[in-house]
Amino acid sequence: MSIMRLLDQALDFEPLPGELAAMQAQADAAGLLSFAKAVKEGGGRFVSLWGTDERERGAGYALHVAFCVAEGLALVTLQLPADAPDYPDLEPLFPAANRQQRATRDLLGMRALGGDKRPWLRHNNWPPDFFPLRRDCDASQQFPPQPEDYPFVRVEGEGVHEIAVGPIHAGIIEPGHFRFSIVGEKVLRLEQRMGWTHKGVEKRFEQMTLVEGHRLAGRVSGDSTVAYAWAYCLAAESLCGTPVPPRAQWLRALLLERERVANHLGDLGYLGNDAALAFGLSQFMRLREDWLRLSAELFGHRLLMDCVCPGGVAVGVDLSAGAAAKLVEQCAAIEREVRILKHIYDEHAGLQDRFITTGRLEPRLAAELSISGLAGRASSQTWDLRLHNAIAPYAELDVQLASHRAGDVAARVTVRFEELFESLRLIKEIAARLPAGERCAPLAAVGSGRDGAMGVGWIEGWRGDILVALAADGDGRIRRCHCHDPSWNIWPALEHAVMGNIVPDFPLINKSFNLTYSGADL
Amino acid sequence: MYHLLKQIVKTGFKTEAVPDPDPELRLIASRLENAMLTILGRALVIRQIDAGSCNGCELEIHALSNPYYNLEALGIKFAASPKHADMLLVTGPVAKNMETALKRAYECTPAPKLVVAVGDCGASGGIFGASYASCGRVANVIPVDLVVPGCPPTPRALLQGILTAITGS
Repeated sequence: MSIMRLLDQALDFEPLPGELAAMQAQADAAGLLSFAKAVKEGGGRFVSLWGTDERERGAGYALHVAFCVAEGLALVTLQLPADAPDYPDLEPLFPAANRQQRATRDLLGMRALGGDKRPWLRHNNWPPDFFPLRRDCDASQQFPPQPEDYPFVRVEGEGVHEIAVGPIHAGIIEPGHFRFSIVGEKVLRLEQRMGWTHKGVEKRFEQMTLVEGHRLAGRVSGDSTVAYAWAYCLAAESLCGTPVPPRAQWLRALLLERERVANHLGDLGYLGNDAALAFGLSQFMRLREDWLRLSAELFGHRLLMDCVCPGGVAVGVDLSAGAAAKLVEQCAAIEREVRILKHIYDEHAGLQDRFITTGRLEPRLAAELSISGLAGRASSQTWDLRLHNAIAPYAELDVQLASHRAGDVAARVTVRFEELFESLRLIKEIAARLPAGERCAPLAAVGSGRDGAMGVGWIEGWRGDILVALAADGDGRIRRCHCHDPSWNIWPALEHAVMGNIVPDFPLINKSFNLTYSGADL
Repeated sequence: MYHLLKQIVKTGFKTEAVPDPDPELRLIASRLENAMLTILGRALVIRQIDAGSCNGCELEIHALSNPYYNLEALGIKFAASPKHADMLLVTGPVAKNMETALKRAYECTPAPKLVVAVGDCGASGGIFGASYASCGRVANVIPVDLVVPGCPPTPRALLQGILTAITGS
């Protein structure tokens, strides 16, 4: 296997098998820090951080840190002793590491040296010395819930008071807690407390086999079910060395773009509604319903759950010539309608007044916070895996990247409109060029020497890049599956974007990011 | 304004006929008298609570308000507080971290109240099951009148479940 060096650092990276440009290197603490620094200076991005328990395999624990660099996904692994699984705090370099380090402490007892010691996923509903992701932990145990006194950062001064919101919010929305410190109606500071929907997803994976796990991955965040299932399958296919038939690759992209359109349609409606244009909501929700109904008719599920499976796509997921014609016809109809609605949105003074300059995330701050995805692109962070780590069929589709510099609600609305039109174009092109052949290849056994090794999948979902890292035993049982949502990194950016805005604009700003709670609580 | 009005006129009415109630969805026999249900059925207020779902059920609950299902035209609306609600529509396996919040919301809801558990997770714990982090099905935490299974249930199934809950047994 060819060894490569990245960013002039003394780490030996080995490419991981599969379609993605991804590589892994072992490092010591100094090597990890030095590499992280080089990534930051070189304009790369911190993606995700997680731990694994390797004690059964004669080692201790391992910390894995994924970075996005020009060459692809760089995965750096740091082995830690079983009796003191401590590692250097990455927060000073990458603030986005904060919550993931705290979650790793809660789940595995691996500690970042220094930094924020507050728990994140643990809300005092299991004991502090109970680490569910340790391999020998009996995770079926339940403990009585205990009250928690979480130390929020307090803002003091004349006239400052707090508004506490959640965990149950005032709409049909996932649970989280927002603590606002305000003067009058101006937000001085927002602090989030998440983890309410933590339901033990990563531990649950360990009771599954490789051929079952895509169903759970597809329910990490229901609105991104295709992206998660595809990322999971890529990781499994990398571990097992299973090539996916071309027709299945193209069908997966078709499903992913349909998921993107469905979400953008819903968001554009709600963004109108949150700025008091209920007309926008009913119009866009009508289009979304038309869209979901055709998904159910052609692929068997409105949200496309369980359509992507290891080796290809599920039985029954295909596109006949008649179905392709329907699909293309619908794309044309939706595009026609959305162009009318875009014109109405653009010309609506009241709406634009609420959108423009509201909830600004400056490009420099977006870079500092490792922001990716739609929110990143609206703040000049021009990453899109469909371009920058393009697997089939994206390498042949010449995806046009949408971006904006303003970083406000209006920019995120604009990027959504542009991405929606681009996805409609991609769907039409995929329908026209869909290769013939098989739609699923049986998943092979875990490759020799890949027992316990890491396979990764990395997919540009509608919200941003979704990473799945997967390890399995030789018999196909999942040892560890880490799912990373871009929301981990974007949630803290919302805390910044809302500063200086008025409290009544918070729902609009929040909606313009539309982050997942479940996907980051796991 | 011209374009907006033109679009409204061009779109026309989309609302579809509602499904019939399905007594099979009941977990228990109705605890409310028919007279009370008749009143509720004409002006039902729902508080939706996500107790740990993957957000798939929320997407379909949102769809109930679109012009096709047009929930508000049936006199049914969503409220921001459990104190204003007649019905709790609860999704998810109940995350351990949401157990206390869900119980409190239930206690805050004035009697008579109905609870509808939504989705395979709400009905049985679903794919997530019960663990250190999940209490499993909604009925493990608060009393449930009716379940609407599905992953997620379609808006039509949800509508049927809600209408069944407010129909006498």
